[in-house]
Amino acid sequence: MTDTNRDIAVLGAGMHQWGKWGRNFVEYGLVAARAALADAGVDHRDVGYIAGADTIRNGYPGFVAGATFAQALGWSGARISSSYAACASGAQAIANARAQILAGLCDVALVIGADAAPKGFFQPVGGERRDDPDWLRFHLLGATNPIYFALYARRRMAMHGATLDDFAAVKVKNAKHGLNNPYARYRKEVSAEEVAASAIVSDPLRLLDICATSDGGAALVLTSMEFARRHGVADPVRIRALSTVTPTFPKTVLDLPDFATDSAVAFAEPPRAFRSAIAHAAYEEAGLGPADLSFAEVYDLSTALELDWYEDIGLCETGGAEALLRSGATTLGGRVPVNPSGGLASFGEAIPAQAIAQICELTWQLRGQADGRQVEDARAGIAVNQGLFGHGSAIIATR
Amino acid sequence: MQKEQRPAVADWFTTEDGAIRLQGSRCNTCGTPYFPRNTLACRNPYCAAPKDGSELAEYLFSTRGRIWSYADARYKPPAPYISPDPFVPYVVAAVELEVEQMVILGQVVPGFTVDDLAVGMPVELALGTLYADEEAEHTVWMWRPVND
Repeated sequence: MTDTNRDIAVLGAGMHQWGKWGRNFVEYGLVAARAALADAGVDHRDVGYIAGADTIRNGYPGFVAGATFAQALGWSGARISSSYAACASGAQAIANARAQILAGLCDVALVIGADAAPKGFFQPVGGERRDDPDWLRFHLLGATNPIYFALYARRRMAMHGATLDDFAAVKVKNAKHGLNNPYARYRKEVSAEEVAASAIVSDPLRLLDICATSDGGAALVLTSMEFARRHGVADPVRIRALSTVTPTFPKTVLDLPDFATDSAVAFAEPPRAFRSAIAHAAYEEAGLGPADLSFAEVYDLSTALELDWYEDIGLCETGGAEALLRSGATTLGGRVPVNPSGGLASFGEAIPAQAIAQICELTWQLRGQADGRQVEDARAGIAVNQGLFGHGSAIIATR
Repeated sequence: MQKEQRPAVADWFTTEDGAIRLQGSRCNTCGTPYFPRNTLACRNPYCAAPKDGSELAEYLFSTRGRIWSYADARYKPPAPYISPDPFVPYVVAAVELEVEQMVILGQVVPGFTVDDLAVGMPVELALGTLYADEEAEHTVWMWRPVND
Protein backbone atom coordinates (compact mmCIF):
# COMPACT_ATOMS: atom_id res chain seq x y z
CA MET A 1 0.00 0.00 0.00
CA THR A 2 1.29 3.48 -0.83
CA ASP A 3 1.81 5.83 2.08
CA THR A 4 -0.20 8.99 2.30
CA ASN A 5 1.64 11.93 3.82
CA ARG A 6 -0.44 11.51 6.97
CA ASP A 7 0.32 7.87 7.70
CA ILE A 8 2.13 6.85 10.85
CA ALA A 9 3.18 3.34 11.84
CA VAL A 10 2.00 1.33 14.82
CA LEU A 11 5.19 -0.47 15.72
CA GLY A 12 4.16 -1.80 19.10
CA ALA A 13 0.97 -2.56 21.04
CA GLY A 14 0.64 -3.70 24.64
CA MET A 15 -1.98 -4.05 27.35
CA HIS A 16 -2.51 -4.91 30.97
CA GLN A 17 -5.44 -7.25 31.39
CA TRP A 18 -8.74 -5.56 32.31
CA GLY A 19 -10.32 -6.51 35.62
CA LYS A 20 -10.66 -5.41 39.21
CA TRP A 21 -7.10 -5.70 40.40
CA GLY A 22 -7.17 -3.11 43.15
CA ARG A 23 -3.78 -1.71 42.27
CA ASN A 24 -2.59 1.75 41.26
CA PHE A 25 -3.20 2.84 37.67
CA VAL A 26 0.51 3.56 37.21
CA GLU A 27 1.27 -0.15 37.46
CA TYR A 28 -1.22 -1.00 34.70
CA GLY A 29 0.22 1.70 32.45
CA LEU A 30 3.77 0.59 33.09
CA VAL A 31 2.99 -3.05 32.25
CA ALA A 32 1.24 -1.96 29.04
CA ALA A 33 4.06 0.42 28.07
CA ARG A 34 6.76 -2.17 28.59
CA ALA A 35 4.75 -4.68 26.54
CA ALA A 36 4.32 -2.18 23.69
CA LEU A 37 8.03 -1.29 23.74
CA ALA A 38 9.00 -4.98 23.71
CA ASP A 39 6.56 -5.60 20.86
CA ALA A 40 8.16 -2.76 18.89
CA GLY A 41 11.71 -3.74 19.79
CA VAL A 42 12.36 -0.16 20.93
CA ASP A 43 14.19 0.94 24.09
CA HIS A 44 12.26 3.54 26.06
CA ARG A 45 15.30 5.85 26.08
CA ASP A 46 14.86 6.10 22.30
CA VAL A 47 11.29 7.42 22.65
CA GLY A 48 11.15 11.12 21.78
CA TYR A 49 7.64 11.83 23.00
CA ILE A 50 5.47 10.33 25.74
CA ALA A 51 1.74 11.02 25.53
CA GLY A 52 -0.31 10.15 28.61
CA ALA A 53 -4.11 9.82 28.69
CA ASP A 54 -5.36 11.23 32.00
CA THR A 55 -7.67 9.75 34.58
CA ILE A 56 -9.46 12.02 37.03
CA ARG A 57 -9.96 9.31 39.62
CA ASN A 58 -6.39 9.14 40.82
CA GLY A 59 -5.82 12.72 41.88
CA TYR A 60 -2.63 14.54 41.05
CA PRO A 61 -0.71 11.70 39.33
CA GLY A 62 -3.78 10.90 37.19
CA PHE A 63 -4.10 14.51 36.01
CA VAL A 64 -0.49 14.49 34.82
CA ALA A 65 -0.45 10.98 33.41
CA GLY A 66 2.29 11.72 30.85
CA ALA A 67 4.81 12.67 33.53
CA THR A 68 3.60 9.93 35.88
CA PHE A 69 4.25 7.22 33.31
CA ALA A 70 7.52 8.85 32.21
CA GLN A 71 8.75 8.80 35.80
CA ALA A 72 7.68 5.16 36.25
CA LEU A 73 9.58 4.19 33.10
CA GLY A 74 12.61 6.17 34.27
CA TRP A 75 13.05 9.82 33.29
CA SER A 76 14.56 9.82 29.84
CA GLY A 77 14.40 13.45 28.78
CA ALA A 78 11.52 12.77 26.35
CA ARG A 79 8.99 15.48 25.61
CA ILE A 80 5.59 14.75 27.15
CA SER A 81 1.89 15.63 27.14
CA SER A 82 -1.13 14.73 29.24
CA SER A 83 -4.63 14.65 27.73
CA TYR A 84 -8.06 14.57 29.31
CA ALA A 85 -11.10 13.96 27.11
CA ALA A 86 -13.06 11.35 29.07
CA CYS A 87 -13.49 8.23 26.90
CA ALA A 88 -11.59 9.90 24.04
CA SER A 89 -8.57 10.71 26.24
CA GLY A 90 -6.55 7.93 24.66
CA ALA A 91 -7.40 9.14 21.16
CA GLN A 92 -6.33 12.68 22.04
CA ALA A 93 -3.03 11.31 23.34
CA ILE A 94 -2.61 9.39 20.07
CA ALA A 95 -3.50 12.56 18.15
CA ASN A 96 -0.80 14.50 20.01
CA ALA A 97 1.79 11.83 19.28
CA ARG A 98 0.75 11.64 15.64
CA ALA A 99 1.05 15.39 15.21
CA GLN A 100 4.57 15.35 16.67
CA ILE A 101 5.57 12.56 14.28
CA LEU A 102 3.96 14.12 11.20
CA ALA A 103 5.54 17.48 12.02
CA GLY A 104 8.93 15.82 12.09
CA LEU A 105 9.45 16.73 15.74
CA CYS A 106 10.01 13.12 16.79
CA ASP A 107 10.43 9.70 15.20
CA VAL A 108 9.14 7.51 18.02
CA ALA A 109 6.28 8.23 20.42
CA LEU A 110 4.88 6.19 23.28
CA VAL A 111 1.17 6.58 24.13
CA ILE A 112 -0.09 5.24 27.47
CA GLY A 113 -3.47 5.18 29.20
CA ALA A 114 -4.52 3.37 32.37
CA ASP A 115 -7.28 3.55 34.94
CA ALA A 116 -8.38 2.08 38.24
CA ALA A 117 -12.13 2.61 38.17
CA PRO A 118 -14.33 2.19 41.24
CA LYS A 119 -17.15 -0.35 41.40
CA GLY A 120 -20.68 0.69 40.51
CA PHE A 121 -21.97 3.93 39.00
CA PHE A 122 -19.46 6.54 37.97
CA GLN A 123 -19.95 9.62 40.11
CA PRO A 124 -18.92 13.25 39.86
CA VAL A 125 -15.83 14.72 41.43
CA GLY A 126 -16.41 15.14 45.19
CA GLY A 127 -17.53 18.17 47.14
CA GLU A 128 -20.56 20.42 46.73
CA ARG A 129 -20.10 21.72 43.21
CA ARG A 130 -23.19 23.73 42.31
CA ASP A 131 -21.57 25.20 39.20
CA ASP A 132 -20.62 21.80 37.74
CA PRO A 133 -23.15 20.28 35.30
CA ASP A 134 -21.80 16.80 36.04
CA TRP A 135 -22.50 17.29 39.76
CA LEU A 136 -25.90 18.87 39.05
CA ARG A 137 -27.17 16.07 36.80
CA PHE A 138 -26.76 13.63 39.69
CA HIS A 139 -28.13 16.02 42.28
CA LEU A 140 -31.17 17.37 40.42
CA LEU A 141 -32.11 14.42 38.20
CA GLY A 142 -30.37 11.31 39.50
CA ALA A 143 -29.26 10.93 35.88
CA THR A 144 -26.52 8.30 36.11
CA ASN A 145 -24.67 7.17 32.98
CA PRO A 146 -26.97 4.11 32.55
CA ILE A 147 -29.99 6.46 32.48
CA TYR A 148 -28.56 8.17 29.39
CA PHE A 149 -27.75 4.78 27.81
CA ALA A 150 -31.32 3.65 28.52
CA LEU A 151 -32.79 6.81 26.97
CA TYR A 152 -30.93 6.02 23.72
CA ALA A 153 -32.00 2.37 23.93
CA ARG A 154 -35.70 3.23 24.40
CA ARG A 155 -35.54 5.72 21.54
CA ARG A 156 -34.11 2.97 19.31
CA MET A 157 -36.94 0.65 20.29
CA ALA A 158 -39.55 3.31 19.51
CA MET A 159 -38.02 4.55 16.26
CA HIS A 160 -36.51 1.41 14.73
CA GLY A 161 -38.26 -1.53 16.37
CA ALA A 162 -35.25 -2.78 18.33
CA THR A 163 -36.20 -5.46 20.84
CA LEU A 164 -34.75 -6.62 24.12
CA ASP A 165 -33.73 -9.77 22.25
CA ASP A 166 -31.65 -7.66 19.84
CA PHE A 167 -29.88 -6.00 22.75
CA ALA A 168 -29.22 -9.40 24.33
CA ALA A 169 -27.89 -10.73 21.00
CA VAL A 170 -25.20 -8.02 21.04
CA LYS A 171 -24.05 -9.19 24.48
CA VAL A 172 -24.11 -12.85 23.44
CA LYS A 173 -22.02 -12.01 20.34
CA ASN A 174 -19.45 -9.84 22.14
CA ALA A 175 -19.07 -12.28 25.03
CA LYS A 176 -18.34 -15.01 22.49
CA HIS A 177 -15.82 -12.79 20.69
CA GLY A 178 -14.02 -12.02 23.95
CA LEU A 179 -13.67 -15.67 25.01
CA ASN A 180 -10.18 -16.01 23.59
CA ASN A 181 -8.92 -12.50 24.27
CA PRO A 182 -6.28 -12.79 26.98
CA TYR A 183 -6.72 -9.12 27.95
CA ALA A 184 -10.51 -9.26 28.42
CA ARG A 185 -11.92 -9.14 31.95
CA TYR A 186 -14.84 -11.47 31.26
CA ARG A 187 -14.10 -14.63 29.30
CA LYS A 188 -17.32 -16.52 29.61
CA GLU A 189 -20.16 -17.27 27.23
CA VAL A 190 -23.38 -15.46 28.02
CA SER A 191 -26.80 -16.69 26.86
CA ALA A 192 -29.76 -14.54 25.91
CA GLU A 193 -31.58 -16.12 28.85
CA GLU A 194 -28.87 -14.92 31.22
CA VAL A 195 -29.19 -11.38 29.89
CA ALA A 196 -32.97 -11.53 30.29
CA ALA A 197 -32.60 -12.89 33.83
CA SER A 198 -30.19 -10.17 34.93
CA ALA A 199 -31.55 -7.32 37.02
CA ILE A 200 -32.98 -4.23 35.36
CA VAL A 201 -30.64 -1.31 36.08
CA SER A 202 -32.43 1.33 34.03
CA ASP A 203 -35.39 0.06 32.04
CA PRO A 204 -35.04 -1.12 29.24
CA LEU A 205 -31.42 -2.01 30.03
CA ARG A 206 -30.38 -4.86 32.28
CA LEU A 207 -27.14 -5.43 34.15
CA LEU A 208 -25.70 -7.53 31.31
CA ASP A 209 -26.62 -4.84 28.75
CA ILE A 210 -24.37 -2.30 30.47
CA CYS A 211 -20.60 -2.38 30.55
CA ALA A 212 -18.85 -2.67 33.89
CA THR A 213 -16.23 -0.31 35.30
CA SER A 214 -12.77 -1.85 35.25
CA ASP A 215 -9.08 -1.43 35.85
CA GLY A 216 -6.84 -1.75 32.82
CA GLY A 217 -4.06 -0.26 30.76
CA ALA A 218 -3.01 0.00 27.11
CA ALA A 219 -0.06 1.46 25.22
CA LEU A 220 1.20 1.97 21.69
CA VAL A 221 4.58 2.70 20.12
CA LEU A 222 3.94 5.01 17.16
CA THR A 223 6.61 6.00 14.64
CA SER A 224 7.12 7.68 11.33
CA MET A 225 6.79 5.34 8.34
CA GLU A 226 10.43 6.04 7.59
CA PHE A 227 11.55 4.99 11.08
CA ALA A 228 9.52 1.78 10.83
CA ARG A 229 11.28 0.81 7.61
CA ARG A 230 14.69 1.76 8.99
CA HIS A 231 13.79 -0.41 11.97
CA GLY A 232 13.19 -3.37 9.65
CA VAL A 233 9.40 -3.31 9.44
CA ALA A 234 8.66 -2.97 5.74
CA ASP A 235 4.87 -3.02 5.90
CA PRO A 236 3.70 -1.91 9.35
CA VAL A 237 0.13 -1.42 10.47
CA ARG A 238 -0.53 2.24 9.83
CA ILE A 239 -2.90 4.80 11.24
CA ARG A 240 -4.49 6.40 8.21
CA ALA A 241 -6.90 8.80 9.88
CA LEU A 242 -7.74 10.16 13.29
CA SER A 243 -10.83 12.26 13.92
CA THR A 244 -11.69 14.07 17.14
CA VAL A 245 -14.28 16.49 15.69
CA THR A 246 -16.79 18.21 17.96
CA PRO A 247 -20.53 18.22 17.32
CA THR A 248 -21.92 20.87 14.97
CA PHE A 249 -24.55 23.31 16.26
CA PRO A 250 -27.30 22.55 16.99
CA LYS A 251 -26.54 19.26 18.75
CA THR A 252 -29.97 17.69 19.00
CA VAL A 253 -29.13 14.45 20.81
CA LEU A 254 -28.54 14.55 24.57
CA ASP A 255 -24.99 13.86 25.59
CA LEU A 256 -23.63 13.12 29.07
CA PRO A 257 -23.96 15.27 31.25
CA ASP A 258 -26.41 17.53 29.36
CA PHE A 259 -29.69 18.72 30.87
CA ALA A 260 -30.90 19.78 27.44
CA THR A 261 -30.00 19.72 23.78
CA ASP A 262 -29.27 22.78 21.68
CA SER A 263 -32.36 24.38 20.22
CA ALA A 264 -32.98 24.00 16.49
CA VAL A 265 -35.14 27.16 16.37
CA ALA A 266 -32.57 29.40 14.71
CA PHE A 267 -30.68 26.91 12.62
CA ALA A 268 -31.67 23.48 11.30
CA GLU A 269 -29.92 20.46 12.71
CA PRO A 270 -26.84 19.39 10.75
CA PRO A 271 -27.06 16.55 8.23
CA ARG A 272 -24.75 14.47 10.41
CA ALA A 273 -25.36 14.03 14.10
CA PHE A 274 -22.33 13.94 16.38
CA ARG A 275 -21.40 10.26 16.35
CA SER A 276 -21.70 9.91 12.60
CA ALA A 277 -19.75 13.16 12.08
CA ILE A 278 -16.84 11.69 14.05
CA ALA A 279 -16.65 8.67 11.75
CA HIS A 280 -17.31 10.68 8.59
CA ALA A 281 -14.31 12.93 9.23
CA ALA A 282 -12.08 9.87 9.60
CA TYR A 283 -13.36 8.32 6.36
CA GLU A 284 -12.71 11.60 4.54
CA GLU A 285 -9.18 11.77 5.87
CA ALA A 286 -8.41 8.12 5.10
CA GLY A 287 -9.95 8.23 1.64
CA LEU A 288 -11.84 5.09 2.60
CA GLY A 289 -15.49 4.30 3.19
CA PRO A 290 -17.50 1.84 5.25
CA ALA A 291 -17.42 -0.68 2.40
CA ASP A 292 -13.63 -0.89 2.75
CA LEU A 293 -13.78 -2.02 6.37
CA SER A 294 -12.86 -5.56 7.35
CA PHE A 295 -14.08 -4.99 10.93
CA ALA A 296 -14.88 -2.32 13.49
CA GLU A 297 -14.31 -1.71 17.19
CA VAL A 298 -17.18 0.41 18.53
CA TYR A 299 -17.87 1.78 21.97
CA ASP A 300 -20.54 -0.51 23.41
CA LEU A 301 -21.20 1.24 26.70
CA SER A 302 -24.52 -0.54 26.33
CA THR A 303 -25.62 -3.30 23.99
CA ALA A 304 -28.15 -0.93 22.43
CA LEU A 305 -25.50 1.68 21.72
CA GLU A 306 -23.59 -0.79 19.54
CA LEU A 307 -26.60 -0.78 17.20
CA ASP A 308 -26.52 3.03 16.97
CA TRP A 309 -22.87 2.81 15.99
CA TYR A 310 -23.60 0.42 13.06
CA GLU A 311 -25.52 3.29 11.51
CA ASP A 312 -23.18 6.04 12.64
CA ILE A 313 -20.16 4.39 10.99
CA GLY A 314 -22.14 3.61 7.86
CA LEU A 315 -22.37 -0.18 8.06
CA CYS A 316 -26.07 0.23 7.24
CA GLU A 317 -28.73 2.90 6.76
CA THR A 318 -30.48 4.52 9.72
CA GLY A 319 -32.91 1.98 11.13
CA GLY A 320 -31.04 -0.93 9.56
CA ALA A 321 -28.91 -2.01 12.52
CA GLU A 322 -31.27 -4.66 13.86
CA ALA A 323 -31.46 -6.37 10.46
CA LEU A 324 -27.67 -6.19 10.09
CA LEU A 325 -27.18 -7.75 13.54
CA ARG A 326 -29.77 -10.45 12.91
CA SER A 327 -28.11 -11.31 9.56
CA GLY A 328 -24.92 -12.30 11.38
CA ALA A 329 -22.84 -9.80 9.37
CA THR A 330 -21.35 -8.28 12.52
CA THR A 331 -20.43 -11.60 14.15
CA LEU A 332 -16.96 -13.11 13.65
CA GLY A 333 -17.10 -14.94 10.34
CA GLY A 334 -19.62 -12.42 9.01
CA ARG A 335 -19.09 -9.66 6.44
CA VAL A 336 -17.90 -7.01 8.89
CA PRO A 337 -17.37 -8.28 12.43
CA VAL A 338 -17.97 -5.66 15.11
CA ASN A 339 -16.03 -5.77 18.37
CA PRO A 340 -13.98 -8.87 17.60
CA SER A 341 -12.03 -8.01 20.79
CA GLY A 342 -15.18 -8.65 22.82
CA GLY A 343 -15.79 -4.92 23.21
CA LEU A 344 -16.62 -3.16 26.43
CA ALA A 345 -19.02 -6.03 27.08
CA SER A 346 -15.97 -8.22 27.71
CA PHE A 347 -13.56 -5.56 28.96
CA GLY A 348 -15.56 -3.01 30.92
CA GLU A 349 -14.49 0.62 30.99
CA ALA A 350 -10.99 1.70 31.96
CA ILE A 351 -11.63 5.12 30.52
CA PRO A 352 -8.29 6.64 29.45
CA ALA A 353 -7.03 3.25 28.28
CA GLN A 354 -10.02 2.40 26.13
CA ALA A 355 -9.32 4.27 22.89
CA ILE A 356 -5.71 3.03 23.02
CA ALA A 357 -6.87 -0.54 23.64
CA GLN A 358 -9.08 -0.28 20.55
CA ILE A 359 -5.98 0.51 18.46
CA CYS A 360 -4.12 -2.41 20.05
CA GLU A 361 -6.93 -4.65 18.78
CA LEU A 362 -6.86 -3.03 15.34
CA THR A 363 -3.11 -3.67 15.24
CA TRP A 364 -3.30 -7.31 16.27
CA GLN A 365 -6.18 -7.96 13.85
CA LEU A 366 -4.36 -6.29 10.94
CA ARG A 367 -1.17 -8.24 11.70
CA GLY A 368 -3.13 -11.51 11.88
CA GLN A 369 -2.16 -11.98 15.54
CA ALA A 370 -5.64 -12.00 17.10
CA ASP A 371 -5.54 -15.65 18.08
CA GLY A 372 -8.95 -17.21 18.57
CA ARG A 373 -10.80 -14.09 17.39
CA GLN A 374 -9.03 -13.29 14.11
CA VAL A 375 -11.01 -11.55 11.37
CA GLU A 376 -10.08 -13.32 8.17
CA ASP A 377 -7.82 -11.29 5.85
CA ALA A 378 -8.29 -8.10 7.88
CA ARG A 379 -7.12 -5.15 5.77
CA ALA A 380 -8.80 -2.11 7.31
CA GLY A 381 -10.48 -1.40 10.63
CA ILE A 382 -12.13 1.52 12.36
CA ALA A 383 -12.28 2.23 16.10
CA VAL A 384 -14.83 4.71 17.42
CA ASN A 385 -15.82 6.04 20.79
CA GLN A 386 -17.76 8.82 22.42
CA GLY A 387 -16.71 10.48 25.63
CA LEU A 388 -18.29 13.06 27.85
CA PHE A 389 -19.84 16.16 26.36
CA GLY A 390 -18.55 16.66 22.85
CA HIS A 391 -15.57 14.35 23.01
CA GLY A 392 -15.26 11.34 20.76
CA SER A 393 -12.90 9.83 18.27
CA ALA A 394 -12.61 7.67 15.19
CA ILE A 395 -9.35 6.08 14.10
CA ILE A 396 -8.83 4.11 10.90
CA ALA A 397 -5.91 1.70 10.60
CA THR A 398 -4.86 -0.38 7.61
CA ARG A 399 -2.07 -2.67 6.61
CA MET B 1 -47.13 22.20 59.99
CA GLN B 2 -46.21 22.11 56.34
CA LYS B 3 -42.53 22.66 55.62
CA GLU B 4 -41.31 25.56 53.60
CA GLN B 5 -40.83 24.78 49.91
CA ARG B 6 -37.40 25.76 48.63
CA PRO B 7 -36.02 25.28 45.08
CA ALA B 8 -33.23 22.67 45.00
CA VAL B 9 -31.42 24.91 42.55
CA ALA B 10 -31.64 28.70 42.35
CA ASP B 11 -33.00 30.45 39.26
CA TRP B 12 -33.59 27.40 37.05
CA PHE B 13 -37.36 27.54 37.48
CA THR B 14 -39.97 29.87 38.90
CA THR B 15 -43.40 29.45 40.42
CA GLU B 16 -44.05 33.16 40.83
CA ASP B 17 -47.17 33.21 38.69
CA GLY B 18 -48.62 30.17 40.45
CA ALA B 19 -47.56 27.72 37.76
CA ILE B 20 -44.05 26.38 37.31
CA ARG B 21 -41.96 27.62 34.37
CA LEU B 22 -38.39 26.74 33.43
CA GLN B 23 -36.16 29.81 33.41
CA GLY B 24 -33.41 30.17 30.88
CA SER B 25 -32.20 32.76 28.46
CA ARG B 26 -32.71 33.52 24.77
CA CYS B 27 -30.68 35.30 22.15
CA ASN B 28 -32.39 38.53 21.04
CA THR B 29 -30.73 38.30 17.62
CA CYS B 30 -31.29 34.70 16.44
CA GLY B 31 -33.92 33.53 18.93
CA THR B 32 -32.01 30.53 20.27
CA PRO B 33 -33.24 29.61 23.76
CA TYR B 34 -30.91 28.08 26.37
CA PHE B 35 -31.54 25.83 29.35
CA PRO B 36 -30.00 26.08 31.82
CA ARG B 37 -29.49 29.82 31.42
CA ASN B 38 -26.61 30.98 29.24
CA THR B 39 -25.27 34.44 30.06
CA LEU B 40 -21.87 34.25 28.37
CA ALA B 41 -22.57 34.54 24.64
CA CYS B 42 -25.00 33.12 22.09
CA ARG B 43 -23.64 29.70 21.07
CA ASN B 44 -25.17 29.66 17.59
CA PRO B 45 -22.04 30.06 15.43
CA TYR B 46 -24.17 31.44 12.57
CA CYS B 47 -25.68 34.19 14.72
CA ALA B 48 -24.52 37.77 14.12
CA ALA B 49 -25.11 38.96 17.70
CA PRO B 50 -22.26 40.81 19.42
CA LYS B 51 -21.63 37.65 21.46
CA ASP B 52 -20.76 39.57 24.58
CA GLY B 53 -23.79 38.43 26.53
CA SER B 54 -25.74 41.61 25.85
CA GLU B 55 -27.81 39.65 23.31
CA LEU B 56 -29.05 37.19 25.95
CA ALA B 57 -32.28 37.97 27.77
CA GLU B 58 -34.30 36.16 30.44
CA TYR B 59 -36.64 33.59 28.93
CA LEU B 60 -39.46 31.45 30.30
CA PHE B 61 -39.92 28.14 28.50
CA SER B 62 -43.14 26.67 27.19
CA THR B 63 -44.55 24.08 29.56
CA ARG B 64 -45.77 21.27 27.30
CA GLY B 65 -43.92 18.81 25.12
CA ARG B 66 -43.74 15.22 23.98
CA ILE B 67 -41.62 12.42 25.38
CA TRP B 68 -38.45 11.87 23.27
CA SER B 69 -37.42 8.97 25.47
CA TYR B 70 -37.62 7.76 29.07
CA ALA B 71 -35.90 5.41 31.49
CA ASP B 72 -35.99 4.57 35.17
CA ALA B 73 -33.52 4.07 38.00
CA ARG B 74 -33.82 0.78 39.83
CA TYR B 75 -30.73 1.25 41.99
CA LYS B 76 -29.83 4.03 44.34
CA PRO B 77 -27.55 6.46 42.52
CA PRO B 78 -24.48 7.90 44.21
CA ALA B 79 -24.39 11.29 45.96
CA PRO B 80 -25.05 14.10 45.34
CA TYR B 81 -28.44 12.52 44.60
CA ILE B 82 -30.30 12.57 47.91
CA SER B 83 -32.27 9.40 48.19
CA PRO B 84 -34.96 8.49 50.71
CA ASP B 85 -34.25 5.41 52.83
CA PRO B 86 -35.34 2.95 51.59
CA PHE B 87 -34.57 4.00 48.02
CA VAL B 88 -37.57 4.78 45.81
CA PRO B 89 -37.14 4.15 42.06
CA TYR B 90 -37.81 7.16 39.83
CA VAL B 91 -38.33 7.80 36.13
CA VAL B 92 -36.44 10.31 33.99
CA ALA B 93 -37.89 11.61 30.72
CA ALA B 94 -36.31 13.53 27.87
CA VAL B 95 -39.02 15.83 26.55
CA GLU B 96 -39.11 17.56 23.19
CA LEU B 97 -40.58 21.07 23.35
CA GLU B 98 -42.24 22.03 20.08
CA VAL B 99 -41.88 25.78 20.58
CA GLU B 100 -38.20 25.73 21.51
CA GLN B 101 -37.30 22.72 19.33
CA MET B 102 -35.13 21.20 21.98
CA VAL B 103 -35.12 18.31 24.43
CA ILE B 104 -35.04 18.89 28.20
CA LEU B 105 -34.52 16.21 30.84
CA GLY B 106 -36.53 15.97 34.01
CA GLN B 107 -37.77 13.41 36.48
CA VAL B 108 -41.34 12.22 35.95
CA VAL B 109 -43.71 12.99 38.83
CA PRO B 110 -43.96 10.12 41.37
CA GLY B 111 -46.60 7.50 40.76
CA PHE B 112 -45.76 6.87 37.11
CA THR B 113 -43.60 3.95 35.99
CA VAL B 114 -42.07 3.25 32.59
CA ASP B 115 -45.10 1.05 31.88
CA ASP B 116 -47.30 4.16 31.93
CA LEU B 117 -45.20 6.08 29.38
CA ALA B 118 -44.52 6.01 25.65
CA VAL B 119 -42.34 7.92 23.21
CA GLY B 120 -44.44 10.75 21.78
CA MET B 121 -46.72 10.99 24.83
CA PRO B 122 -47.68 14.57 25.77
CA VAL B 123 -46.44 15.86 29.12
CA GLU B 124 -46.47 19.12 31.03
CA LEU B 125 -44.19 20.72 33.55
CA ALA B 126 -44.99 20.18 37.23
CA LEU B 127 -43.44 21.14 40.55
CA GLY B 128 -42.12 18.14 42.47
CA THR B 129 -40.25 17.42 45.67
CA LEU B 130 -36.71 16.24 45.04
CA TYR B 131 -36.00 15.56 48.71
CA ALA B 132 -37.02 16.81 52.14
CA ASP B 133 -34.87 17.51 55.16
CA GLU B 134 -35.60 18.99 58.57
CA GLU B 135 -35.64 22.52 57.21
CA ALA B 136 -37.58 22.32 53.98
CA GLU B 137 -39.02 20.47 51.02
CA HIS B 138 -36.51 20.96 48.23
CA THR B 139 -38.37 21.32 44.96
CA VAL B 140 -37.47 20.67 41.34
CA TRP B 141 -39.15 20.65 37.93
CA MET B 142 -40.72 17.37 36.81
CA TRP B 143 -42.72 16.11 33.82
CA ARG B 144 -46.30 14.89 34.20
CA PRO B 145 -48.23 12.96 31.52
CA VAL B 146 -51.35 14.76 30.28
CA ASN B 147 -54.13 14.03 27.84
CA ASP B 148 -53.48 15.20 24.29
